[in-house]
Amino acid sequence: MLFELLLAIFIFRYLRRSPQAAHLLPEWDKFFVAGMIASIALLAISFLLPGSKLVIGWLADMILVALLYVALTRPSFQPLKSMAYAVMPIIVVVFISDATKLISKSFYNEYDNYFQTAQLFAVIWLIALWMMSKKQRKALEIERQKALEKEKQYAISESMKAALEVQVAERTAALTAQKEELQQTVNELKSTQAQLIQSEKMASLGELTAGIAHEIQNPLNFVNNFSDVNTELITEMQEALNKGDLEEAKAIAADITANEQKINHHGKRADAIVKGMLQHSRSSGGQKEPTDINALADEYLRLAYHGLRAKDKMFNATMKTEFDESIKAVNVIPQDMGRVILNLITNAFYAVSERKKKLAASVDGTATAAGATNEYVPTVTVSTKKLGNKILICVKDNGNGIPAQVLDKIFQPFFTTKPTGEGTGLGLSMSYDIVTKSHGGELKVETKENNGLAGQEPGTVFTVQIPA
Amino acid sequence: MAWPVRSREPCSLFKYLHNHNTGNMKILVVDDEKDVQILFEQRFRKEIKSSEMQFVFAFSGEEALEYLNGHEHEAVLILSDINMPGMSGLELLGHIKQKYMKPPPMVMMITAYGDAENFNTAKQLGADDFLTKPVDFNLLKEKLKLIH
Repeated sequence: MLFELLLAIFIFRYLRRSPQAAHLLPEWDKFFVAGMIASIALLAISFLLPGSKLVIGWLADMILVALLYVALTRPSFQPLKSMAYAVMPIIVVVFISDATKLISKSFYNEYDNYFQTAQLFAVIWLIALWMMSKKQRKALEIERQKALEKEKQYAISESMKAALEVQVAERTAALTAQKEELQQTVNELKSTQAQLIQSEKMASLGELTAGIAHEIQNPLNFVNNFSDVNTELITEMQEALNKGDLEEAKAIAADITANEQKINHHGKRADAIVKGMLQHSRSSGGQKEPTDINALADEYLRLAYHGLRAKDKMFNATMKTEFDESIKAVNVIPQDMGRVILNLITNAFYAVSERKKKLAASVDGTATAAGATNEYVPTVTVSTKKLGNKILICVKDNGNGIPAQVLDKIFQPFFTTKPTGEGTGLGLSMSYDIVTKSHGGELKVETKENNGLAGQEPGTVFTVQIPA
Repeated sequence: MAWPVRSREPCSLFKYLHNHNTGNMKILVVDDEKDVQILFEQRFRKEIKSSEMQFVFAFSGEEALEYLNGHEHEAVLILSDINMPGMSGLELLGHIKQKYMKPPPMVMMITAYGDAENFNTAKQLGADDFLTKPVDFNLLKEKLKLIH
């Protein structure tokens, strides 16, 4: 009887504590608590009232059988089946021995040994299964730990994934912002480039204006003064006619005619210059038209020269032209090709004036340098040549040449050797585009750098080659 | 543009020219524009006819110097353009005033650029007067009369 109650208490405790029975809580907890309290109460009663032993023994058996029945029939007790099988034999053996004791005490006493042995085996069975279950439990526990570990790792990887996603989102946002910023910068650069191209046009126009002023004032000088002279001559002619001096009147009339021709010539000269200026300032997109390349080159040579002279009073250079008169009209965009020629000539003048400045600066040094200064004649030569079905326009200077380390950069936009603010660095790159893209030609450069050796004249030749 | 001495009393060079050239005045005109010769000859035809003035023409600074080397003390007035290919009018002016002839002849500069910088440079180099193109011949004649 004592054994049955202790077993019941043990089972109730097990059901409340064991992890295998954890899923039964809290639904069944109150029954377990009640069962445990009842078992303890029965145990206490059995000690206080020794006469109640038989009844209590049966009650304890009932509790155990009920527990066994529940464990074997209820589906939620499925994980506890192994435990149920462990305790089943002892419960059955105890129940049978108690029943046998009640029915026939003599039979029980006779076979007491068998009952004792059965009980012993049942206990051994219980302990063995208990040990096995403990072992299993340990294995299960390890499995569970592993699963928990996995779950933890999964959670960690999940949180890392989330963090990564946040990071990716952040990066994406940053990249998008960067991309937008770059796009804006590109747009700004584009508009700046457009402005720079315009300012390059204006700069070359600025180079031209002084030349244009000079070129216009000269013809105007003749137009104004010859017409004044003619007014005087007409008065004189009238006087001569009044006197009857026909010879004199005829002579004066011839003079007047000659002067009128001069006026007309210089008027047209001024007109051509203004037209050229307008063409130059007009935005690109002009049409190709048959153009006298020699006249174009000559016009821009003069304009460039006078423009530089206006800027730098002491500037001086010899201009040479070697035009191939066999060249007929060539199909070019006049204002664009004019801009190219102007650019090359302006650069050539710049090169020779730089060399002269350097020579002048070194005069203090040696006597030979002084001699060299006097010997040096800054010369810019513009020549044209027809070569098969090609037209060459060459602009040659005897300046210091282009250093090898910058030679491959000269056609790059914004590359300039001039001091800041003096050159836009777009002259040659625009010229290159005009010659190659608009005219399907080539722009080449040959240069010889000044190595200071006598007899090795430095200089640069730019050659524009366009289809005739 | 106001020339400081123009409308007031004649400067010392005018006096010099006046003292040394009572009748015939020889003027060297330097300009790269060839039509200048015809223009001057017509503008001053009366003065040339009456031998009051004599004109010589040079079409570059170099040519002018060459002439002056061969005819020292002949030309008393030089009218020079500033903008010419090769030797500029200002270089010519410097040569005449500093390196050549003592006393140097009078030099008037003529230019299409009527800017202050040209004016000041010419003045520094010793130019006696400064005219801008288109040339006002009435003004020029008045200036020349002052010399006579």
